Amino acid sequence: MFLLFFGRVMAMITGAEIVVRCLQEEGVEYVFGYPGGAVLFLYDELFKQNKVKHILVRHEQGAVHAADGYSRSTEKIGVALVTSGPGVTNAVTGIATAYMDSIPQVIITGQVPTHAIGQDAFQECDTVGITRPCVKHNFLVKDVKDIAVTMKKAFYIAATGRPGPVVVDIPKDVTSHKAEFSYPATIAMRSYNPVTKGHAGQIRKAIQVLAGAKRPMIYTGGGVILGNAAAELTQLVRTLGFPCTNTLMGLGAYPATDRQFVGMLGMHGTYEANMAMQHCDVLLAIGARFDDRVIGNPRHFFEEPRTIIHVDVDPSSISKRVKVDVPIVGNVRDVLREFIRQMEGGKLPLDQEALRTWWTQIELWRGRDCLKYDRSGTLIKPQFVIEKLYEVTRGDAFVTSDVGQHQMWAAQFYKFTKPRRWINSGGLGTMGFGLPAAMGVQLAHPRAAVACVTGEASIQMCIQELSTCKQYRLPIKIVTLNNKYMGMVRQWQEFFHGNRYAESYMDALPDFVKLAESYGHVGMKIEKPADVEPALKEAFSRKKELVFLDFITDQTENVFPMVPGGKGLSEMILV
Amino acid sequence: MRHIISVLLENEAGALSRVSGLFSARGYNIESLTVAPTEDATLSRMTIVTTGSDEVIEQITKQLNKLIDVVKVIDLSDGDHIERELMLVKVRAVGREREEMKRMADIFRGRIIDVTDRDYTIELTGTGSKLDAFLKAIDAAAILETVRTGASGIGRGDRVLRV
Repeated sequence: MFLLFFGRVMAMITGAEIVVRCLQEEGVEYVFGYPGGAVLFLYDELFKQNKVKHILVRHEQGAVHAADGYSRSTEKIGVALVTSGPGVTNAVTGIATAYMDSIPQVIITGQVPTHAIGQDAFQECDTVGITRPCVKHNFLVKDVKDIAVTMKKAFYIAATGRPGPVVVDIPKDVTSHKAEFSYPATIAMRSYNPVTKGHAGQIRKAIQVLAGAKRPMIYTGGGVILGNAAAELTQLVRTLGFPCTNTLMGLGAYPATDRQFVGMLGMHGTYEANMAMQHCDVLLAIGARFDDRVIGNPRHFFEEPRTIIHVDVDPSSISKRVKVDVPIVGNVRDVLREFIRQMEGGKLPLDQEALRTWWTQIELWRGRDCLKYDRSGTLIKPQFVIEKLYEVTRGDAFVTSDVGQHQMWAAQFYKFTKPRRWINSGGLGTMGFGLPAAMGVQLAHPRAAVACVTGEASIQMCIQELSTCKQYRLPIKIVTLNNKYMGMVRQWQEFFHGNRYAESYMDALPDFVKLAESYGHVGMKIEKPADVEPALKEAFSRKKELVFLDFITDQTENVFPMVPGGKGLSEMILV
Repeated sequence: MRHIISVLLENEAGALSRVSGLFSARGYNIESLTVAPTEDATLSRMTIVTTGSDEVIEQITKQLNKLIDVVKVIDLSDGDHIERELMLVKVRAVGREREEMKRMADIFRGRIIDVTDRDYTIELTGTGSKLDAFLKAIDAAAILETVRTGASGIGRGDRVLRV
């Protein structure tokens, strides 16, 4: 069917084709998904073209995590496609993971036909209702004519302001109805206008506060990574000469090998980072949100008076948990550029003597060597594996992780020097994230070294994705720190529950070597410290194969330092 | 402290649940919530009565602004404003009570809008406390049913909330 439109002949195409054309217009490279009844028309259209490549996962959670890893390791929007009902509910964990870490994503979900909505139809669920609390926004498209503009809005909302996942729910009949297609070049929404430029006057005020600091600290989070402001941050930190700490989500924003970097802060942060955070008199917080794992008990944190400058793109992050003195709302990169521009005018009259005293204090704290561990034993220490991973990959790998002790050791011992190299579920803490996320990373960076640091518990939460890795020949290196425990659960039970290891023991583990081999991958089991480095070297020399490294590690090892729940930042348990 | 917050939002399916979901997810109080389309049919206006410390109210307005469907938010309690609530009360009205109820309704400037030989339905508008006062003033045993809309609010004078 053809329609005459402004003298041009506009073809009528199906909703499914419109969706695929939208993806092409957005330059989408990969769609991670799993087919099903409600999305058959969409899959049919994907089949007929080859611009947008579809990656078939083995579980919808994996699709969303893979899109997530793809997005975190690039600056692009991750795209996932799942069917209605269980396809959506399986995807929810992935969507919530992306939401908590502000990852831009568009998730297209099939829905039962419009006439069946609300009838408890087969594979029906209230997708918009179920996902509402864990998306930046969601849409139900009831008319084929609305698809293009909705898709445009979805991509726009996902990537701008504070990024996040956007769900587009499309009933099956809407994908078969026909309409003309024209993709809007731009979109304006009266209800959504994110702030970009920071207030120049506030920035001037902030610089004055920084200039007067005697014990300054710069604390940055995932916002610097997401806002692509690592270079600006590095320039600012070096210009000021102040100490800098990154949150778990912010690692790589400032080079961890630099002297001004005092390590990660928070529950498992370094002694020097936590002490400096607690005792600073001026705190510059950038793209970070003072969450419970970062500042510990807020009341304890307030006991020390300090002036806080907070830069964030999301106004609701400012003064949410901690009262802020100088709020600056804006895109982190634009704001930092304005800081740098204003500081170039003249040399900042810093209190150099106070700074020297402050650095002397910090070096004393650093001298505590809080990350030291016993290297003499015959058992493999998990920290040692990460150190060797860092050496073998020359600090240049993309490292994804699952959740638990291994995640903390990876964060502490792999010295990230570039943004978007450390990929983990910080906010939601989703076990099962690491492997599918690594798939997205490897697809985005086909020749890069990609390591998934995991534990024997976490890896089993999305282990089915080994099959996806086989199908697409993804040469991920899975570094399993196998202590036969849910290590972090065990650690808390040891410290706070009288050594009663309730259900934290991983009995009946599979033979991971054979399991890897059964999927057509390479499996290696490593039991001696001396074998760690050779095994890693061999694994990373196998450029085309996925290698599953099963490191049998010391079962009793704990993550230190540790700020126990409810305690203050400076009340750490040390080795 | 009690605050009355006005929200202009896109008149779209699900917009109300985004707001109510926000309040329940973040543990904010809702004393009342009213919503209806405005003179511009693409926009709805919502009035939320809530209580909380200054910090909580600041978060509520920020979180509301963050919702994609929300166009504008103002805290009416920040300045001069008027609020009104509508109540319908069905009261027993037999014998001597009939005259007494009519008089009470008149005193409170209510209107009797439905009459049977056994009861009246009275329409009453005012602030929440006026409606409370009316219910206290009449014989509690005579009240058969009440329904209240929750407060609607508007700024005084040139304080205007529009796109």
